[in-house]
Amino acid sequence: MNGGVERTDRVETAVAHAFRDERAIVLATLIRQVGDFQLAEDAVQDAFEAAVTVWRRRGVPANPGAWLTTAARRRAIDRLRRDRSVAARAERLAELTRLDAQHEEPSMDVEHTIVDDRLRLIFTCCHPALAMPARVALTLRALGGMTTGEIARAFLVAEPTMGKRIVRAKRKIADAHIPYRVPPDEELPDRMRGVLRVVYLIFNEGYAATEGDRLVRGELCDEAIRLGALLCRLMPDDAEVWGLMALMLLHDARRAARVDASGRYVALDEQDRSLWDHGRIRDGLAKLERAVRLRRPGEYQLQAAITALQIQAPDADATDWAQIAELYGALGRLNPSPVIELNRAVAVGLADGPAAGLALLEPLLADPALERYQPLHAAHAELLGRAGDTAGAARAYQRAIALTANAVERAELERRLSALR
Amino acid sequence: MAQYMMLVYEAEVDPAVQDERERKLPMFVELHRSLREAGLLVGVRRLRSVESATSVRVRDGETEITDGPFAVTKEVLAGYYILECADLDEALKHAARLPMVGWATIEVRPVMPADEWLNRARAAGAELPDEAVNDLV
Repeated sequence: MNGGVERTDRVETAVAHAFRDERAIVLATLIRQVGDFQLAEDAVQDAFEAAVTVWRRRGVPANPGAWLTTAARRRAIDRLRRDRSVAARAERLAELTRLDAQHEEPSMDVEHTIVDDRLRLIFTCCHPALAMPARVALTLRALGGMTTGEIARAFLVAEPTMGKRIVRAKRKIADAHIPYRVPPDEELPDRMRGVLRVVYLIFNEGYAATEGDRLVRGELCDEAIRLGALLCRLMPDDAEVWGLMALMLLHDARRAARVDASGRYVALDEQDRSLWDHGRIRDGLAKLERAVRLRRPGEYQLQAAITALQIQAPDADATDWAQIAELYGALGRLNPSPVIELNRAVAVGLADGPAAGLALLEPLLADPALERYQPLHAAHAELLGRAGDTAGAARAYQRAIALTANAVERAELERRLSALR
Repeated sequence: MAQYMMLVYEAEVDPAVQDERERKLPMFVELHRSLREAGLLVGVRRLRSVESATSVRVRDGETEITDGPFAVTKEVLAGYYILECADLDEALKHAARLPMVGWATIEVRPVMPADEWLNRARAAGAELPDEAVNDLV
């Protein structure tokens, strides 16, 4: 093996590392400087391509991020000179040329500039004027560093479809003047909720993946957690940021135990706990602690607290159901929903006895909109069974079974039905 | 005298066909000028593609923002506003303040600046002087 090959490998590794660790920072800086998402992205792409050849010839620079930012800005200038159709072209060229005349890359050393740029980028990618699938794709593309092909595979759509979705979103950002900035204080809570929803949606897409496509889709969980960690760094005073991070970590820690060897879903209290990632659980609990200390309970924080109680108990019987019921109550006050109310009823049933739980189910069972909601009838059956009403429980199980399309779920309900007798 | 609004509906077409249309801009410039000289032209604006639209509704006190036009077949065009805003956020904020937003849908469409309209035509091959910009508003 000669030195040349070795050097090539080293350069390729350096470029790959820079792509993973610095691309989002370089892109975020450049979007601010050139004022156009698409142009910035094309220029950053050019810079990475140039890096492969230039670094091979002159060696890997001491600060790859700064090198890439300068190179990308010069590419942007070239592109602007060639493309007459870009709006406000003259002003942009003047500004870029002015920046280029400055020495080195001062912004790369100033932590807060980088923080601000990446925050701006997150809020732009998650802007409510973009359709949700576009927000998700754009966030993964710009901040997660996934390629269009990888995102397409993860969301089970054709690559050209995903490519069009991303291009269209970037065009809307430019044409409609979606601002590249952190929203003002009065809009921040609302917009932050929107950002967290995008991250949680990415996580759930990966988490819901079945065995067969786990390899491609599970990556979404890792990306969501990376985005969550970034938000924790950028917005450390927002309790929900820590709450979401805790929730994702506590779920993700149990990923391996969620499905058995035959692909069957395994309920929490039946999971093989030796398969849990206990380091990740500790990490999740620490993040939950941070959230709680900020004393502003929110949706994600409450869900994480419920999950933490379930995980920490040695088994279902030893779980603190009274506290879980209280947390569901708090969750329902923040965000009233029949699903949360159902969970609260089950927790109350386990804490204070089935009669108390059944009383809470009454209004849900009387709601025509929930008539065909399978989990309601399954929970009803469970509580009736515990109350000793075997006949009633059997009827409710049959109702739940009739509403189940999923073979695995049906088998589980049938097993419980036959266990009644 | 009465004022009439002429709404332009067109299908989106391939770039080649669109370029052909862009090259007809001198005809527009000429027509606009003659209409203005006759005292008939109140205003003309070209809108950006419908893909850049955002719809705003307020229902039960909640502002709903949706990507794209909010196509409800029962709703018909009832009026328009043109606002000069710093960015889309400011436009959406004012859209949500319009008194009819509680029952209507406000489609927020960016207006294409006249100079961009002119530059597009030029990029497609039309020959027009810089002053033509004045006949595109």
